[in-house]
Amino acid sequence: MPGRVIRVLIAKPGLDGHDRGAKVVSRALRDAGMEVVYTGLRQTPAQIAEAALEEDVDVVGLSLLSGAHGTLFPQVVTELRDRGLQDVLVVGGGVIPEDDVPALTVAGVHAVFGPGTPMSRIVEFITANVRARGD
Amino acid sequence: MFERRHLEQLGEARKVWDEGQVAKTLSRFPEQRPEFKTVSGLGVDRLYTPLDIAGQDYLRDLGFPGEYPFTRGVQPTMYRGRHWTMRQYAGFGTSAESNRRYKYLLEQGQTGLSVAFDLPTQIGYDSDSRMARGEVGRVGVAISSLEDMETLFEGIPLQQVSTSMTINAPAIVLLAMYVAVAEGQGADLRKLAGTIQNDILKEYAARGTYIFPPKPSMRLVTDSFAWCAQRLPDWNTISISGYHIREAGATAVQEVAFTLADAIAYVEAAIGAGLAVDDFGPRLSFFFNAHVDFCEEVAKFRAARRLWATIMRERFAAKHPRSMMLRFHTQTAGSTLTAQQPDNNIVRVTLQALAAVLGGTQSLHTNSRDEALALPSEESVRIALRTQQVIALESGVADTIDPLGGAYFIEALTDRIEAGAKGYIEAIDAMGGAVAAIERGFIQREIQDSAYRYQRDVEDGLRQVVGVNAYTVPEPAPKGLLRVDPAVETDQGRRLEALRRRRDGQAVARALAELEDAAGTDQNLMPPVLAAVKTYATLGEICDVLRRVFGEYKATV
Repeated sequence: MPGRVIRVLIAKPGLDGHDRGAKVVSRALRDAGMEVVYTGLRQTPAQIAEAALEEDVDVVGLSLLSGAHGTLFPQVVTELRDRGLQDVLVVGGGVIPEDDVPALTVAGVHAVFGPGTPMSRIVEFITANVRARGD
Repeated sequence: MFERRHLEQLGEARKVWDEGQVAKTLSRFPEQRPEFKTVSGLGVDRLYTPLDIAGQDYLRDLGFPGEYPFTRGVQPTMYRGRHWTMRQYAGFGTSAESNRRYKYLLEQGQTGLSVAFDLPTQIGYDSDSRMARGEVGRVGVAISSLEDMETLFEGIPLQQVSTSMTINAPAIVLLAMYVAVAEGQGADLRKLAGTIQNDILKEYAARGTYIFPPKPSMRLVTDSFAWCAQRLPDWNTISISGYHIREAGATAVQEVAFTLADAIAYVEAAIGAGLAVDDFGPRLSFFFNAHVDFCEEVAKFRAARRLWATIMRERFAAKHPRSMMLRFHTQTAGSTLTAQQPDNNIVRVTLQALAAVLGGTQSLHTNSRDEALALPSEESVRIALRTQQVIALESGVADTIDPLGGAYFIEALTDRIEAGAKGYIEAIDAMGGAVAAIERGFIQREIQDSAYRYQRDVEDGLRQVVGVNAYTVPEPAPKGLLRVDPAVETDQGRRLEALRRRRDGQAVARALAELEDAAGTDQNLMPPVLAAVKTYATLGEICDVLRRVFGEYKATV
């Protein structure tokens, strides 16, 4: 656990405009005491990684309902690594079939939260798995 | 509607019942919750009686179907004359694959088409654009040029079907492609029936597929109104949409309020562009959500009809009854579908579809059970369509008009939703209208607050959702989900490349230059867009021209 407040970037990769989930989760994380930056819509993987670097976040949360997760989530992980952010916890949510989860895990996405996931579970997962920087 | 003496007697009797029967029962069996609320948070009483609608005047507030204020329906015979249009939103992958799905749906008894475009198309990018990566053909069909549109409707006579197209920011371009295909088939444009969504304001507030800033976007909308009034008299030039506002988390009252506030903005813009309200008013159409709270939804549709009729008559002095009619498409609520125990979604969709029919919808899309998991499979789509057919043919609810009209609860809810929406519209007027309210983030924040409140209610157990926080079971991962072949993206890219080589490059360049010149003036952009489309200039090329002239919108909230 980092000794300071957990910082989270919630991002919408790709062209998908469904941001109800991203916004609700942002708010739940804030209510749980985290600092949350929401990127807004239509971010490229490079833009997301850049924002994660600038905002010095511990966690990147990706939300996608368009089906492009298989392409875009791994690209975000790669872009993060390219910037030396391999310790950042990457989680995802949206309309993501369970069959797709193993491939995402291999690609470096630590958890995928499907529809109906309680906000409390996301908070718990982040709190338990976020790594202190410098570890 | 009721005699005063009768109401007084009723009031006294009600008091006796409350203090006697009810109190006695409550003392032994308390109710399940201290208070009951609709899914939108409106309080629900134990019982409704004529006392709750004592202020209602039948002729003034309800009237007859097909007559002002259209509370009970927009047609004098409603479904006795013709059922609603059964219109399943569909499209994925390539235009050839979607063409096959459309033909399948028409064979299964669907009565209208509804085209879903992929996100690159909706945001004005060609399939081979860098911005399109990973998204081609995912949530809809990829259409980059007139060639794709020709394939999409191959073998479907456009003069005989009505087609709804969910396209907004670049609506004028896709409409031009549709018109070009219809002309190619030899169709009479005056008989072309269908709808373009063309509702840019809700994109800023809730749906997210905007391209240009509000002002030039509104100009594209009014240009399409003006062109269609002359050339496509049977075309619905806009489908002013509460659906996505509701999906983003709004309440029923907010859905009606923000949709009609947007509608007011379009009417004002069109009048500002020199159009007469009765020239374009009859072609305005609407699109609402059928959510899970059955009675609230039925009341919502009725309230929306009455409020819009009043707005068009009183505020805009419309004279033509058709200008005052709120005709609408409905889709069941995607956000209420659960990934858990997905077959239960068939039941949810049935209830929601029934609410839409009892609310007097003109057309309906029923969601498929697997949509919280993926795009729907063919089998799921068929069940969804069959749901509508069972309601139409077997349930009997279509045999009389507005069968729930006059129910005390429904009428009281109708009044409340109308009053609540009116209050919001007044607040939005005071901010300078819907465009200003969106620019300052008011509508977005209202929606987000409601979304968060709902989610909290679910997690606190105040709202129970079967399979999610009630009656849960361990489940295996679902099988048989539809997958879009990733090869679609490369196939599309290859086809586009071939098209770019084959077409007359000079004609394309000339048409795009003419469009650019026109965009800088105030002339109607439909003719130069249509000319460009016919040279096989691509959607991306046309939108890039407009991006250069108009700029791009950046969201702030």
